[in-house]
Amino acid sequence: MNNLLSIITFLPLVAAVILALFLRGDDEAAARNAKWLALAATVATFLFSLLVLTGFDSANTGYQFVEEGDWIMGLKYKMGVDGISVLFVMLTTFMMPLTIWASWGVKTRVKEYMIAFLLLETLMLGVFMALDLVLFYLFFEAGLIPMFLIIGIWGGANRIYASFKFFLYTFIGSVLMLVAMVYMALEVGSTDFEMLANHQFDSHSFSLLGLQIAGGIQTLLFLAFFASFAVKMPMWPVHTWLPDAHVQAPTAGSVVLAAILLKMGGYGFLRFSLPMFPVGVETMATFVLWISVIAIVYTSLVALVQEDMKKLIAYSSVAHMGYVTAGIFSLNQQGLDGAIFQMISHGFISGALFLCVGVIYDRMHTRDIDAYGGLATRMPAYALIFMFFTMANVGLPGTSGFVGEFLTLVGMFKANTWVALVATSGVILSAAYALYLYRRVVFGDLIKESLKAITDMDKRERMIFAPLVAMTLLLGVYPSLVTDIIGPSVEALLSNYHAAIPTELVEAAASTSH
Amino acid sequence: MSSVDIQTVLPEILLSVYAMIALLGAVYTGKDALAKTITWITAGVMVAIAIMIAGGSGATSAFNGMFLDDAYARFAKVAILLAAAAVLVVGEATMARRGILKFEYPILVALGTVGMMMMVSAGNLMSLYMGLELQSLSLYVVASLNRDSVKSTEAGMKYFVLGALSSGLLLYGSSLVYGYAGTTDFAGILAAANDGHVGLGMLIGLVFVATGLAFKVSAVPFHMWTPDVYEGAPTPVTAFFATAPKMAAMGLFARVMFDAFGNAISDWSQIIALMAVLSMFLGAFAAIGQTNIKRLMAYSSIAHMGFALMGLAAGTEFGVQMMLQYMAVYVAMNVGTFAFIMSMERDGRPVTDISALNQLASTEKAKALAMLVLMFSLAGVPPMLGFFAKYGVLIAAVNAGMTWLAVAAVIASVIGAFYYLRIVYFMYFGDEVEGVEINMSPAAWAALMASAVIVMVGFVNFFGIEGAAQAAAAALVK
Repeated sequence: MNNLLSIITFLPLVAAVILALFLRGDDEAAARNAKWLALAATVATFLFSLLVLTGFDSANTGYQFVEEGDWIMGLKYKMGVDGISVLFVMLTTFMMPLTIWASWGVKTRVKEYMIAFLLLETLMLGVFMALDLVLFYLFFEAGLIPMFLIIGIWGGANRIYASFKFFLYTFIGSVLMLVAMVYMALEVGSTDFEMLANHQFDSHSFSLLGLQIAGGIQTLLFLAFFASFAVKMPMWPVHTWLPDAHVQAPTAGSVVLAAILLKMGGYGFLRFSLPMFPVGVETMATFVLWISVIAIVYTSLVALVQEDMKKLIAYSSVAHMGYVTAGIFSLNQQGLDGAIFQMISHGFISGALFLCVGVIYDRMHTRDIDAYGGLATRMPAYALIFMFFTMANVGLPGTSGFVGEFLTLVGMFKANTWVALVATSGVILSAAYALYLYRRVVFGDLIKESLKAITDMDKRERMIFAPLVAMTLLLGVYPSLVTDIIGPSVEALLSNYHAAIPTELVEAAASTSH
Repeated sequence: MSSVDIQTVLPEILLSVYAMIALLGAVYTGKDALAKTITWITAGVMVAIAIMIAGGSGATSAFNGMFLDDAYARFAKVAILLAAAAVLVVGEATMARRGILKFEYPILVALGTVGMMMMVSAGNLMSLYMGLELQSLSLYVVASLNRDSVKSTEAGMKYFVLGALSSGLLLYGSSLVYGYAGTTDFAGILAAANDGHVGLGMLIGLVFVATGLAFKVSAVPFHMWTPDVYEGAPTPVTAFFATAPKMAAMGLFARVMFDAFGNAISDWSQIIALMAVLSMFLGAFAAIGQTNIKRLMAYSSIAHMGFALMGLAAGTEFGVQMMLQYMAVYVAMNVGTFAFIMSMERDGRPVTDISALNQLASTEKAKALAMLVLMFSLAGVPPMLGFFAKYGVLIAAVNAGMTWLAVAAVIASVIGAFYYLRIVYFMYFGDEVEGVEINMSPAAWAALMASAVIVMVGFVNFFGIEGAAQAAAAALVK
């Protein structure tokens, strides 16, 4: 099949259109049909994506399954995957059926809800497969529309504030990237990723409004893209939209946000910043490393004092994304491998944690930590699952969380010892807030009247968690599954990167970091 | 005058003759009872003429260069005619319900359209002024069509006074240009500035001419009339103001700047760039506080004119092409949006309050969804066509070395996104309050849906207007 990637990308869209046009009525039968159709479409997408994984040649560091066609305004419709993106595609197709299944209890506007999620899947997959600047931007930005509606329509009490904040924050980051993209397209005369990566943008310093810009145009382009990806990641100090969005979004929305949407920033750094503006990256790497570790420590401390379960996990996500950016900007094999691994693993773990919150939220309709306590007596299965993912979040060896954190820390240590030192303290803090949360919710005596009748997870809920547990364990004990696929591509990326750095810059960097 | 001249201006002659026949016929027979018929026939005639124009080719001039017919004029005329026809058809039922569907309305619109066609075909300052005045006088009258409404007559009055002022400025500028160039012919003016700059006297003339034109496109700082006129005029008339005349004014703007002052691009591109920035920001900020959807759309159109001017400010053929594409997309989006706005009613009375849209999505699913698509398109979010229009003018600006303008534009577009989102917010997340009925005629419904579908699927191939816009720009920028 020559257009496998297009099939995967647009299959959910087709399902969404079918839902929109042919499913009539608001009764229960229509809602049930909408759910089953959405589930079937996402499962089919996952099965198709397995063909990509099996047909993928990890020794080949170029783009595979490439499709190309002409588009409007001189742009190209070009899709493809390489070792860096293929796992994000898999993560997306793997998480979406679980997300849909976890939304079985949605009561209001079920059809629209399913359409929004199916659209979102198409757009997320497109982001990871697009190989044309504007095509990428289209998928990247269009994803805001369904997410804005998901938060705004099916969200919590303060959903309107959260949805506007989410939209405008990410929008302003992206439009600066758009200007940089326009500049690049004109400079190179093409919007093709391979052409752009092969182009050497000017890196001679110049002064702008009296300010000396080291690294020249490359640094400016880097900063424009950084504005977008840092917001998307999110990195401290532009992370403030995330806790609001997470808290107000419905459970499935939080899962998608944490598991997939947050990975777009990291993917962007790997796809654009490193290959296209190496000098800009080299100039700014230390700065990014430091704000990453500030993020790790600061947001971990903030997480410690949260009273809302979702907010706590949201801050924990920001901290974990700090490891990702620090890993990427360590600019060595371990750091990059670790960063990608951490993103994949965080997709499973944080997704599962939000599902855990969803399980008790569906029963009690509150996310207040104080409203719970002693759940272990009434919900033993839940207590076990929640414990498993709490431990994985902390980075317990044997779970995938450990591998990601360890690799990024090794990478950081090689790049800058002080950064690694500060970042490691984040590991302890994450244990503190995660275990503290777990103790307050699950342990203790069951004294609250309202909790006396709470029921344990039903079959559907258990089955949703099963694949997540399996993946977390599998990647924890056998990480080569991931590193074998990403390794060659990362190595090629890094060798191109180092080849593109002028020697005097390398020496200057070596003299400052030791 | 030769038969070739007549041949060249045939579309304008046909439309004028039609308008006069319709006028006489209506006066001597059924008067307002015929209004509905005349409206539909007028729209049909406009579409027929548009098809006729679209089939044309080559570049000819008539009456010693007074009137030009080239690919550029044809592109603009087709857009103007189709927009005017669409607005007539869409607004007909609403006008009838408000009791203001007078037979003069379609006839005045037809005459105004003749003026617009003259504007984009002008090859001389005199023919420019004639076209402009024919257009403006028709518009002043239709603005105050609802004679019993204080707001509507106020709108017409304001429009007239400020429009007359701008015409005066334009005339004064023209006289200066004539004084220094020795001719009112565009080709002659172009030749007078062949060293890349115009002389000081002519420069002042140029600034006055540009000021007059900026009034017509409602670019900041000459935009003050727009919100009041938009609010006061009956909504179907507002829909007309927001589409065809804007296209014509932008078309005229580019025509004058390139045909007459094309040798002194560096002299005017800074002025236009500044107006573009101011328009984008004022349009974005001032709309935030609006509660009246018509005023909001007025500021929205000011902001959009800023984006279109950005393509003009680039001063390149590519920039003109992107400006034309921007205007075409803008017109397509506005026809649909106004088809919706003019149908907002409560107990048979028009409603313009944004908060009346609360929870519309739960009662009017399809219409709310179409509006949602249009709002995101106006905000410039991909994959809607509005994004590609913006992307085009951004490329034009960066390509012309105006990166600062592009950065300012995207920041303004984020601010502007807020108020488009607010409409979506009311429709989808608002609280239950006294709602609004969307009382749509089949034509209005079709326009809303067609407009939404166009911006939604336009990213596939842009409906092939790229080639036409490119040919048009190539004809203008030599």
